[in-house]
Amino acid sequence: MTEMTDDTLKIIDRPAKSQLRDVWEQFSAHKGALIGAAFFLFVVLFVLIGPFLWLYDPTFIDIRSRNQGMSFAHPFGTDQLGRDIFARVMKGGQVSLAVGITAMLLSLVVGTGIGVLAGYFKRLDGPLMRFTDLFLALPLLPLLLVIIMLFREKLNGTFGPEGGIFILMVSAIGITSWMQTARIVRGDVLALKEREFVLAAKSIGTPSQRMISRHILPNVLSPILVSATLGIANAIITESALSFLGLGFPPDFPTWGRLLFDATDYMQQYPERVLWPGLAISFTVLAVNYIGDGLRDALDPRIRGR
Amino acid sequence: MPETAIAAPEALLRVEDLKIHFPIYDGLFRRKVGDVKAVDGVSFEIKRGETLGLVGESGCGKSTTGRAVLRLYDPTAGAVNFEDRDIASLPANEMRAMRPRMQMIFQDPQASLNPRMTVGAIIAEPLMEHTKMSAGERKDKVAELLDQVGLSRDFINRFPHEFSGGQRQRIGIARALALDPDLIVCDEPIAALDVSIQAQVVNLLEDLQHRLGLTYLFISHDLSMVRHIADRVAVMYLGKIMELAPMGKLFASPRHPYTQALLSAVPVADPKIEANRKRVILTGDVPSPANPPEGCVFCTRCPLAKKTNDKRCFTIPPEWREIEQDQFVACHLAE
Repeated sequence: MTEMTDDTLKIIDRPAKSQLRDVWEQFSAHKGALIGAAFFLFVVLFVLIGPFLWLYDPTFIDIRSRNQGMSFAHPFGTDQLGRDIFARVMKGGQVSLAVGITAMLLSLVVGTGIGVLAGYFKRLDGPLMRFTDLFLALPLLPLLLVIIMLFREKLNGTFGPEGGIFILMVSAIGITSWMQTARIVRGDVLALKEREFVLAAKSIGTPSQRMISRHILPNVLSPILVSATLGIANAIITESALSFLGLGFPPDFPTWGRLLFDATDYMQQYPERVLWPGLAISFTVLAVNYIGDGLRDALDPRIRGR
Repeated sequence: MPETAIAAPEALLRVEDLKIHFPIYDGLFRRKVGDVKAVDGVSFEIKRGETLGLVGESGCGKSTTGRAVLRLYDPTAGAVNFEDRDIASLPANEMRAMRPRMQMIFQDPQASLNPRMTVGAIIAEPLMEHTKMSAGERKDKVAELLDQVGLSRDFINRFPHEFSGGQRQRIGIARALALDPDLIVCDEPIAALDVSIQAQVVNLLEDLQHRLGLTYLFISHDLSMVRHIADRVAVMYLGKIMELAPMGKLFASPRHPYTQALLSAVPVADPKIEANRKRVILTGDVPSPANPPEGCVFCTRCPLAKKTNDKRCFTIPPEWREIEQDQFVACHLAE
């Protein structure tokens, strides 16, 4: 055997760290991601635990104390019917976050699935991508209107008015927002498929399903994570738009989007009312984007440890 | 070594009239308008324990041949007999069962390792696919393989990007060795490495061949490396084999004009000889494999065909003939 000069350079003992710890170390090195994660956690706790501590009912109407500014009794003020905005932001956050995350997951699963299948199996590429184009060409709002008109009653019957509309919103937003993900993932898979390590796995005899799970999916993680974080933002905003059109949750049922649109009527007199739900949406979306950014870096071994 | 010496006469791999054509689609309706004849009627055999060098310039179809031998491409025609079983026509599940017997080492060690997997996982992948080892056994085997290719066992949890080119190629070799294959197709395993590392990797390959009785199909465009490692050499040009001969004969007395030109391009270390030696310099470019010349594929650039202006060269494809014992050539004029 010859001398291995190139090998001797690298023999620095490194204990076998668990991969999860490696990922966490890289993630916590990303300041923005850490702050984003902390803020997101705070928002989640705020909307989940807050209502138990803040004893105002978000739907309680106190007409005598309407249109109040900020005070100790009502930190965010009250609206035109005297409902406590602080309580409504908390309650609305529950719904908005739940809709955002679930719809994002749904669109992610659909988009990634279709993208990977179209990119990996040549025969499915044409039909699946034309299907994607079809969805992209559909005018979104009219489609959502039709979906909601058709299915609202049935779902309300089976799951109750709130559960029914939740399922309807999530699936409507989910199935109308997966196309970008599918396209990006397909493009990446097409490029990956030609890489030599895929050929190497093929020469080993790795079957398709493990080829996808072991070699393709981990390598398309970054575009997936990026579209996931953007997806949450998109879902929250679409839900707001639908609520505004009166197609989402019932009018007395608070969501961040609903609050925002209710407040626009009074923007001249009470501008702070637009501010609270607006800030909540913007900061949450920003935090989620930072988390996605950090996760993408942390999950890439080439960036990790630098 | 005894293994290789005893088993020598038997042919492990016999490739017969292998053709691989890639269709070209063009026009508005993506109609098929022709074929790129990447490999067009290649035949050779490799004996057990031997190294067959496959040389030729870029785009002559050497890598395609290598990949077809492992059935990474489905051949258009012809047979690839591995121990007398034609793997070109085996159904997928039987082919999968054959895969452990033949493995590949790739050209670009950076691209051939999944950047998201640890070295341990990369080397263990073939074991997971084809053996029923427990996690512990797998780990032991991976450590043993790392020893075999001269890498430290501590590297098991590292990622490919942390290594140098030579080390990465060793990881690729360890992966190819994991299932104790008989045949390894080395697809330009040293082309992407520094010259100083090339020798190490080639020596490692030779060493492993002696210890494990491996058979190599060694694809390269580096004639001096092929000279170092190969027992027999096949010279390819535009999808066809021009000449096939034992290494000594081919380098001492090349018969095909293309081989002569190719060999004369190898520099000689002695400057006095180098200054006075006569080189065969080819003019023109390699014709397109989608539209190869009629007759001999080399006729457009062949100095011999130009000099003699023999009609056969331009009209009839030359026959594959044994010009001397063990030395085959595809040329009308060679003698």
